[in-house]
Amino acid sequence: MSVRVYVPRDSAALSVGAEGVARAIASEAASRGADVQVIRNGSRGMFWLEPLVEVETSSGRIAYGPVSREAVAGLFESGVFLDKPEGKPHALRLGPTEEIPYLKQQERLTFARCGIVDPLSLDDYMAHGGYRGLERALKLEPQAIVDAVQASGLRGRGGAGFPTGIKWNTVLYAEADQKYICCNADEGDSGTYADRMIMEGDPFVLIEGMTIAALAVGATQGYIYSRSEYPHAFRTMQRAIGIAYERGYLGADIAGSGKRFDLEVRLGAGAYICGEETSMLESLEGRRGQIRPKPPLPALEGLFGKPTVVNNLITLASVPIILDRGAEYYRDFGMGKSRGTITIQLAGNIKHGGLVEKAFGITLREAIYTFGGGTASGRPLRAVQVGGPLGAYFPESLLDTPLDYEAFAANKGMVGHGGVVVFDDTVDLAKQARFAMEFCAIESCGKCTPCRVGSTRGVEVMDRIIANENRTDNLRLLDDLCELMTEGSLCALGGLIPLPVQSAIRHFPEDFAKPAQQSPAVLQAIAVESHPETKPWR
Amino acid sequence: MSKLQEWDADRAQARVQELARLPGALLPILHALQEEFGYVHPDATPLIAETLNISRAEVHGVISFYHDFRHSPPGRHVLRICRAESCQAMGCDTLIQHVEKRAGVKLGETTPDGSLTVEQVFCLGNCALSPAVMLDGEPYGRVSTGVADFLIETSRRAQ
Repeated sequence: MSVRVYVPRDSAALSVGAEGVARAIASEAASRGADVQVIRNGSRGMFWLEPLVEVETSSGRIAYGPVSREAVAGLFESGVFLDKPEGKPHALRLGPTEEIPYLKQQERLTFARCGIVDPLSLDDYMAHGGYRGLERALKLEPQAIVDAVQASGLRGRGGAGFPTGIKWNTVLYAEADQKYICCNADEGDSGTYADRMIMEGDPFVLIEGMTIAALAVGATQGYIYSRSEYPHAFRTMQRAIGIAYERGYLGADIAGSGKRFDLEVRLGAGAYICGEETSMLESLEGRRGQIRPKPPLPALEGLFGKPTVVNNLITLASVPIILDRGAEYYRDFGMGKSRGTITIQLAGNIKHGGLVEKAFGITLREAIYTFGGGTASGRPLRAVQVGGPLGAYFPESLLDTPLDYEAFAANKGMVGHGGVVVFDDTVDLAKQARFAMEFCAIESCGKCTPCRVGSTRGVEVMDRIIANENRTDNLRLLDDLCELMTEGSLCALGGLIPLPVQSAIRHFPEDFAKPAQQSPAVLQAIAVESHPETKPWR
Repeated sequence: MSKLQEWDADRAQARVQELARLPGALLPILHALQEEFGYVHPDATPLIAETLNISRAEVHGVISFYHDFRHSPPGRHVLRICRAESCQAMGCDTLIQHVEKRAGVKLGETTPDGSLTVEQVFCLGNCALSPAVMLDGEPYGRVSTGVADFLIETSRRAQ
């Protein structure tokens, strides 16, 4: 019997040589006459160990990593790929994959299959519990599906945290001849890659989640809006959709139910703003990705003016397990109003970067140290940006904040899509604040003036602050500009970009006082000047 | 990337026609043209406008809105370097300076020999292995200056 060997085809694994490793294993096996079957799985999400090669044995899958192409011959020599490779010593041996603490300490619900199954094998998907959620949903009335999602406490994983069940209910009761399900897979936040991992590692879970959403609200057409920066994810998703059609899980008669659901994946074109839901709808309709004022809500007038469910990919990929295991099962994870699990993506200057799925409530410190192992550079951690380019910069002193929508909001930050970008002590927060404004200027859709013009003025003011021109006045001006952008912008881009800027000033005032050596009293004065609400006399 | 076709109006028309029936067809059409020719030729604007029965201004507005769509042919290879926060935390600024010096071009430019276009990108979704780049659609992570040199050199030699 052939030995099954898993080598990920996830983009991150490919980026450090997984393709070469897979080829080397196949050719080495051929030349040695070894009976080895190479399966291209998704990633387990332990990226510092990629390429992570797993060998299936009678005592489970054994992991080796990081494996280079050059190491492959040595692995064969030591008998790793033989029929009975259990316990064979090798320098790269990590032991049973499931026993690696990084994985063992997680609560993988949405990512239960990612990295385990062959992403393009529907049989593998079903063998690991796939389509059980749909099977249950097909026995329920639409209202009962919506109720289950509502009872699970699932909230939008794109960042806004809006209760998914309420959104679906609105679409369910909207009268229309056509309704749509749109999956927002325009994962543009730096520090995030969970959507990509699902599309590359377990695409059927998204197809199943969207099909359940369609049954719940009475939609017959779905679109996945992904990114041109994710060419591999796009191709895998397209192939998975093709397979689902062939096997009758998409199309006119889903799983023999007589119900129709069609699905297509579309590509964005490098515009960050298209991650904003109304902008995404404009883009899907073939227009400039300029945002639409709300109301009307997309739930009532969305794609092509029809009622539309717009959900983040992780939200939709979490639906199958809720239907399969029940709302209570999912709701029992988490804290406060944040129910279920959060998919934390450790990024930036981090030793053990990767995906950590845990119940809401894990602290930032646990995520960064227990899982992430601290900085990659080995230097002290100085700042963490959570929630992408619109998220706040937190100092070390806020690391005990639990990952929970409300706890982050209380500290003037946001959980966003779960990206955690770590910076060591070489970071200059004034530069980061300037970048936030620059990014906003590049990516603004131009619809509203506070964002379009404000961001450019913001870059200019930051340049003057960095150059030490009238610093106190310019910091006050910047604060005024931030307030205007927060209050006056039409969407979250202009409205939230002050978050990284103002958090940088609040928590790292010393970086806004360089290069002149300032006394701590002056630093304090700068922090107070730029943040009138912290003025002691107010 | 060496498989790119020379601009051919008939061929373009055929691609546009093929996709025109899709709801919201404009982005798929522009992607298809760019995939085939490496950029969106100015002559494509009237062609698309007529087929989709929308104004040229609308088509132009869409092409110019999105960072991806090019107005002129790129080099034979395209290197996209991530400039977003995660890669900043791992020194992408230094990497970019190095690449600009080594390739002799600034971000957004093509080398005089036409071998390589270097572009900025905001997030390739490879943030656990920053700094990240993409060469002709293939991802590379933990990119050192040495790896960057190798990629530039490979692009220069390959036709």
